Amino acid sequence: MKIKITGLVVGAVAVLAANAASAGTLENVKQKGFLQCGSNTSLAGFGLPDAQGNWTGLDVDYCRAIAAAIFGDGTKVKFTPLAAKDRFTALQSGEVDVLVRNTTWTISRDTTNGATFQAVNYYDGQGFIVRKSLNVKSALELNGATICVQQGTTTELNLTDYFRANKITYKPVVFAGSDETTKAYDSGRCDAFTTDASGLFAERLKMSKPEDNVVLPEIISKEPLGPAVRQGDEKWTKIVMWTHYAMLTAEELGVTKANVDEMLKSTNPDVKRLLGTEGKFGEGLGLTNDWAYKIIKAVGNYGEAFERNVGQGSQLKIARGINALWSKGGLQYAPPIR
Amino acid sequence: MTNMTVGDKPKISPFYDPKVRGLFFQVLMLALVALGVFIAYRNAVEGLRRQGVVSSLGFWDSVAGFPISFKLIPFTELSTYGTAFWVGLINTLFVSAIGIVLATILGFIIGVARLSTNWLVSKLAYWYVQIIRNIPLLIQLILIADILQHLPNTNELKENSLGIYLSNKGLFTPQPDFLGGSQYIFYALLAGLALFIAVYYWAKDRQTKTGQQTPLLPIFLGLVFGLPLVAFFATGMPVQMQYPVKTRFGFQGDATLQLEFVAALVGLVVYTAAFIAEVVRAGIISVSKGQTEAAGALGLSPSQSLKLVIVPQAMRVILPPLTNQYLNLTKNSTLASVIAFPELVQVFTGTVLNQTNQAIPIMGVTMLVYLTISLITSFLMNNFNKRMALRER
Repeated sequence: MKIKITGLVVGAVAVLAANAASAGTLENVKQKGFLQCGSNTSLAGFGLPDAQGNWTGLDVDYCRAIAAAIFGDGTKVKFTPLAAKDRFTALQSGEVDVLVRNTTWTISRDTTNGATFQAVNYYDGQGFIVRKSLNVKSALELNGATICVQQGTTTELNLTDYFRANKITYKPVVFAGSDETTKAYDSGRCDAFTTDASGLFAERLKMSKPEDNVVLPEIISKEPLGPAVRQGDEKWTKIVMWTHYAMLTAEELGVTKANVDEMLKSTNPDVKRLLGTEGKFGEGLGLTNDWAYKIIKAVGNYGEAFERNVGQGSQLKIARGINALWSKGGLQYAPPIR
Repeated sequence: MTNMTVGDKPKISPFYDPKVRGLFFQVLMLALVALGVFIAYRNAVEGLRRQGVVSSLGFWDSVAGFPISFKLIPFTELSTYGTAFWVGLINTLFVSAIGIVLATILGFIIGVARLSTNWLVSKLAYWYVQIIRNIPLLIQLILIADILQHLPNTNELKENSLGIYLSNKGLFTPQPDFLGGSQYIFYALLAGLALFIAVYYWAKDRQTKTGQQTPLLPIFLGLVFGLPLVAFFATGMPVQMQYPVKTRFGFQGDATLQLEFVAALVGLVVYTAAFIAEVVRAGIISVSKGQTEAAGALGLSPSQSLKLVIVPQAMRVILPPLTNQYLNLTKNSTLASVIAFPELVQVFTGTVLNQTNQAIPIMGVTMLVYLTISLITSFLMNNFNKRMALRER
């Protein structure tokens, strides 16, 4: 019901408030005094509130980083938990300033949906989880299986494509929320459950016997997850994308949350440009020149955020893999700050 | 004052003329509503245009690319979004229609039970109504779906000779497979129904003329069940039962009763029946006791007096609120989307909306559909109500 209501409210807001959002987002955010960030409702590692209502996750830290770049304070964020199928409507209607909700960058979303993607904060791919007792070794063996899937995701589409391409069939059970999807799989209603691989590890933690379930080796899709903003606001788009690049550059240069104050004294020109002790790059974004310093002070560099939320410092223990820096064989690559 | 002659209508300024005033405010109200609609529409169109969103139903004939688990018309991954819409709509109508029939039956039983002189029966009915009516339907639906999901897993079930399996994927039973020649059974069924209707009117006519009654039940059974049965044997038993075949992932093919459908149907029926029970109780109480006594004095048996005297009068009170309950049930069926039953909201405003991102056209079409369904239901029930209404002479 909550989801339905959100859908309706979002729809109504889309009708009535669509125009209000098109003034400069940065000015709006500054005026409000906080950033309104669209986040996942509950995905461990990406966006999840704890019992006290404190949000944690890689996507959450991205929002905090943007807030830090603007206000110098990573706590000036309000989160709007969004169901997958409502997220773009919420963005279009101006209900949220930025959508960081493990959202896959695709051409249709980047064009006709009215959203703009510029950066990828997590390279993911879709996988399957099954019960060990079924003795399934490959997704190709899932012919005739009942599969639980969450509505409103690229997952739903990849699933169909994969089965069609391999000329096998399945029976879908489609839920609106991720919790219901996991619960239905866990009860045995479905033989398999599919979502992004990172999500499978996160959802497995919620199952009654996590160790009885196994993630299959096949990754059936490319899922570059990144922040989305409304089209037609270049300035805002650039702030959002360079926030990610600042965190990546900091990792490259070895600037961390712990040593950032010390690094202000660094003589390395790259570090000086990043932290704003040389050049006026922050002003070009419409921020202050120490914008990147504020980001790192608040959330640390990308590597730190990764390890804390999804990597070895978290329950998920996901390896860096393709999310390592380009210099370490991964795909994370930031354009130079100069 | 001095110039006024008797008999002339006093000239009132239009400002004080109640007719003009009334008209003025009605026109003003209409203009305001129209303005509001116009502003909302223009605002939406302009806002969407500025954000580069093109609103149209142009996706209707494109390939949908997703399967639907519960369908009454053919639908595959290669079908269009338009077909997906029809699948969703038919599922909505299907669950609502069956729900209305079952909720009416259950509601009548409970409504009558509440008036029973048996203390236990009436108290049970009372608590049923009190509890069910006061818990939100959504919670009941989630609870029912959750309970059903705890039925045994398909791979835990032992094979049995009946071929009936109740699992958390639904109920699997042998399904009939119609071979050549089986169409005659169907024709026999149609002929049986037609004949029975003819006999029914003949019997009614006979009763009006002679007062003699015809036992209709054996005739009904003979014609509607017996005739197809004769055809079945005459054509050499062309129907084979397909027993469910166990596979690694449960059973081959679709379940006879899918879990989500059962959960949605049970939830809707149980909930609506509680309201219908109250409507029925009110209707029966509204018929004064003198009517029952008069019927008894005429020599009618209790069941005859209920059927011929009480119910026809109670129906006049029952029908209008009953219509409301039918509309509620149809609209409440949208809640089944939460428990993964693929009705219109789940398929069309869920998956299709997600894939095409045409929020405004899709929401618009969906709202129109429910409006149309509700208006048609009201129209039919109002007509029925008119026929049942007291004809004053």
